[in-house]
Amino acid sequence: MSSVLYDVPGPKARRISLIGSIVGSLLILGLLAWIIMTFAQQGIFEGRRWQIFTRADVWTLLGNGLGATLSAAALAAVIAFPLGLLLCLLRISDAAFIRIPTRVVLEFLRGMPVVLMMLFVLLGFGTSPFIAVVTGLVLYNSAVFAEIIRAGIQSLPKGQREAGLAIGLTSFKSRMLIELPQAIRRMMPSLVAQMVVLLKDTSLGYIVAYGELLRAVQVMADFLGTQFLFPIFFVAAAIYIAINILVSRIAVWIERRGSKKAAGGVAKAEPEAAEAAVP
Amino acid sequence: MDVILENLPLYWNGFLRTLFLSAVSGVIALVLGTLLAAARVSPVAALRGFSTVYVEVLRNTPLTIAFFFAAIVLPRLGVKFEQFEVAAIIALSTYTAAFIAEAVRSGVNSVPVGQAEAARSIGMNFGQVLNLIILPQALRTVVPPLINILIALVKNSSVAGAFFVLELFGYGRQLANANGDAVIPVLLGVAFFYLLLTVPLGILASTVERKVAIAR
Repeated sequence: MSSVLYDVPGPKARRISLIGSIVGSLLILGLLAWIIMTFAQQGIFEGRRWQIFTRADVWTLLGNGLGATLSAAALAAVIAFPLGLLLCLLRISDAAFIRIPTRVVLEFLRGMPVVLMMLFVLLGFGTSPFIAVVTGLVLYNSAVFAEIIRAGIQSLPKGQREAGLAIGLTSFKSRMLIELPQAIRRMMPSLVAQMVVLLKDTSLGYIVAYGELLRAVQVMADFLGTQFLFPIFFVAAAIYIAINILVSRIAVWIERRGSKKAAGGVAKAEPEAAEAAVP
Repeated sequence: MDVILENLPLYWNGFLRTLFLSAVSGVIALVLGTLLAAARVSPVAALRGFSTVYVEVLRNTPLTIAFFFAAIVLPRLGVKFEQFEVAAIIALSTYTAAFIAEAVRSGVNSVPVGQAEAARSIGMNFGQVLNLIILPQALRTVVPPLINILIALVKNSSVAGAFFVLELFGYGRQLANANGDAVIPVLLGVAFFYLLLTVPLGILASTVERKVAIAR
């Protein structure tokens, strides 16, 4: 790999870099070894701690937790996307009495911690944890989706809307038929990146006592004994991270595919957009 | 409304604690994130590899998992904290650093190639190119996304409230449980204090964005 930041390394620089790499690797390996030693002293690697994974009910509980996580995320995504579309249309409406209140609502929703919204729905309206989790996720993510789609529409060349209006489409039809399809396609990487955020935020359900994956870990640790906490936590965290990395990869793949297609005609979408996803 | 006024000192305490958590984690995350970004573009392969893996894993870890690890799993493994604030700061700053590293890296990539070429052609080494030429220019593209990450950090600090730290969300939860008949005003009060932090930061971000927006 060559980089513009430094010269293609010569023999001396290669040797220094190799030594650096070896020292760096040794340091990281040393750190890992230290962590593993500490864990071993705590008895983490004793076989009996991991034997619980031979039990079917442990996997059933983990599976149930995962199912709860995925179903909340899927339902929230399915509701949040159309709602975000609607909010976006209201936000860019020509009428100020629609545009300005929508803007205030969007700012409010985006400035709020998701977990606070979940707690608000749970305690304020006395709903079930599932509904609280889904509502919290929908409120926050529809606001974010609205902003992403709006950014997409604003990045279109002005002529698109002008041409739509010129051939006699109404303002609404021009939005729906001309601008939105292009904007959504252009913003696809950001939208998928936001889906990852949504999936990650499902884990906040742990705080409002929704029986998702992390809650399942806690329940099992309480039930089976705390010595099993680490093994179960380790497996659950690995499942979570693996799913998120998978969805992130899909976002990257869509971005690559999109930029190849867009290279021909339309101006290229902002390459930074996908990276702009906020924690 | 009375509930909020009566408990204003609690809200204020929580607000200050949230501010403290966000500020300390923010500073640690900025330093750690910039170091990770520098490692990501460095000539040493081991550093590049470490930084890539760190960012990829932490960015895809739910924050609650990070908190659960720092506050519940770590003490079981023999790492004892005097206060749970330490666990919260560890979780928040290691998590946020991954996002900051990505933002700084894309800022580095946004500086035109000619800048680095010119710097190298006058004989600068990697450290000089990065410190004197690239990072100062990257900074202006990076500031608005960084502010957005800090806004997210303020909001994320609310998760600490569920892991034994009494900050704004933690007090809010306590008050909501104590005043079962006035849950909605209590939580709207909490929301108000969060907006007090996030809205000005958001306005700052868009102002800076407009000010430093340059045609490239």
